[in-house]
Amino acid sequence: MRAALRILSAGPGVTTQDRGRNGYLRFGASEAGPMDRLAHRLANRAVGSPMDSPALEVSNGGVEVAVEGAPASVALSGGAFNIALDGRPLPPACVVTLEPGMRLSVRAGATGSWCYVAPAGQIEVAPMLGSISTHTRTALGGIGGRPLMAGDVLPLSGARSGLGGPFEIVSPTLQRYDGGIRVILGPQDDFFAPDQIDAFLHGPWVVSGRSDRMAYQLEGPKLTHCKGFNIVSDGIAMGAIQVPGVGQPVVLMADRQPTGGYPKIATVIGVDLGRLAQMRPGDTLHFEKVSVAQAVEARRQEARLLTEPVVLTPLVRTELSSEFLLGLNLVDGVTAAEHPHS
Amino acid sequence: MADIAPRYLDAGETALVVEFGTTVDPQINDRVLALDAAFTALKLEGVRETVPTYRSLMIHYDPLVIDRAAVIAAVESLEATPVTSSAPKSHWLIPCCYAHEYAEDLTHIAEMTKLSEERVVELHTGARYRVYMYGFAPGFCYLGGVPKELIVSRRETPRPPHPTNVVLLGGGLTLITTFSMPTGWWLIGRSPERMFSLKRENNFFVGVGDTLQFVPVDAATFATLDARAEAGEVVSRKAAT
Repeated sequence: MRAALRILSAGPGVTTQDRGRNGYLRFGASEAGPMDRLAHRLANRAVGSPMDSPALEVSNGGVEVAVEGAPASVALSGGAFNIALDGRPLPPACVVTLEPGMRLSVRAGATGSWCYVAPAGQIEVAPMLGSISTHTRTALGGIGGRPLMAGDVLPLSGARSGLGGPFEIVSPTLQRYDGGIRVILGPQDDFFAPDQIDAFLHGPWVVSGRSDRMAYQLEGPKLTHCKGFNIVSDGIAMGAIQVPGVGQPVVLMADRQPTGGYPKIATVIGVDLGRLAQMRPGDTLHFEKVSVAQAVEARRQEARLLTEPVVLTPLVRTELSSEFLLGLNLVDGVTAAEHPHS
Repeated sequence: MADIAPRYLDAGETALVVEFGTTVDPQINDRVLALDAAFTALKLEGVRETVPTYRSLMIHYDPLVIDRAAVIAAVESLEATPVTSSAPKSHWLIPCCYAHEYAEDLTHIAEMTKLSEERVVELHTGARYRVYMYGFAPGFCYLGGVPKELIVSRRETPRPPHPTNVVLLGGGLTLITTFSMPTGWWLIGRSPERMFSLKRENNFFVGVGDTLQFVPVDAATFATLDARAEAGEVVSRKAAT
């Protein structure tokens, strides 16, 4: 019997995402695609799939999945989610092999907003406009363009289960830059006086609760325009930061409209889009101005790290209870590295 | 106008805006469309897609494959040569029903313009519109060329979601919608046409830069055409340009 992923339960915001749509922005169709492209790619790489293969994107609403028909390995990567296989906790970036009857649960954890579940094998749903990426506002991608629900079954072709596991994913890409969110000014930074550009960069900005796959709204100092706030609509790149009349920035994300009519003060650089996406309502941030050359260099570095082999570390110890470990006196050896004797 | 060099504006490290102007102007839009056609024909490796708008062309690119300077150099080489006419444009006849049940704001538009409802429809169907751009949602068309008499301001506050495939008017534009969504424009009619359909091989049949005209149909014809369009047929006709 052919393998399939079954959704046992799903909060809001569980969707299928691949690279995103390409070539239809000119017809008004949004790109969609993963909110955190790096995490999406790492999950796919960890199970040996092409980087931009279809995967599940899970929001903090969480999901529970099982396989049917045949076993399949899956990789998880993204924010610090609470992952558990049949109740057994696993690290946020891991590879497990699901046997039919097992239950994998993905729940909101300490930090982060998006987690990717990439199966070893191809999720078979019909592409719409060349992509399976779900854009719920225009009902494109996934299953009927809607979020996934309990009872949905996603067929897997070429499912592989030979990876075994569970493993923790070890990758240099999991260590991200921890400074401000880096931006390139423009394309309409000339709608803002220098002191407003400074105020924009300095913030601090709080991620608003009115944030979703389309846009992250920010709250902070009120920005003023020097040339009004209406422009004749032009194109919108992912990460474009619009400042409408109320003076509070809106960062346009994966599900953004392809064009729009507010001045865009700056654009978040590619490698920081995923970092921003993983922030939660209430988190604070500031921006750092960089050049196109710096942004390209950061991108090059990330692309290089992503080509390095993904190391999978067997998770043997998590099968042992802490009492057992204490009994063996192994804990001293583990903690010694973190707390050197003074 | 045609001699003014474009501005190059970065929209991050993966998109470049080639801006020909800041206003809605057919001449500016001509330059955008000519560059779009010529640039697309270069088939440069690393160029992901281009998005023509009223006044600018956004070029999405992969900076690890083609750098910003190479994108600009390609645009400048095209701008240095005289604009050859871009791909031939089509003219479309789009059915539209102006019966009251499909045109809830027609009476109000007539009041605002101090014209009869018949005259509003006559003017709206008499004009030849240019497809300036798509935006907002798949198949949502921005049309320019609205007769002066029909230039009315938009609603002060948006109305709740309208039906699918309605034709809107306001702010000097007329628009064909696809999805149901809230709007700040006035509902002047409803088309049986699907400007976007997944049931057809050509999901979008009207190109940016094409022209179109509305052909009035009665409610019975609307119903017939609507059923055919729903089944995946293009019910508009291509006319000689």
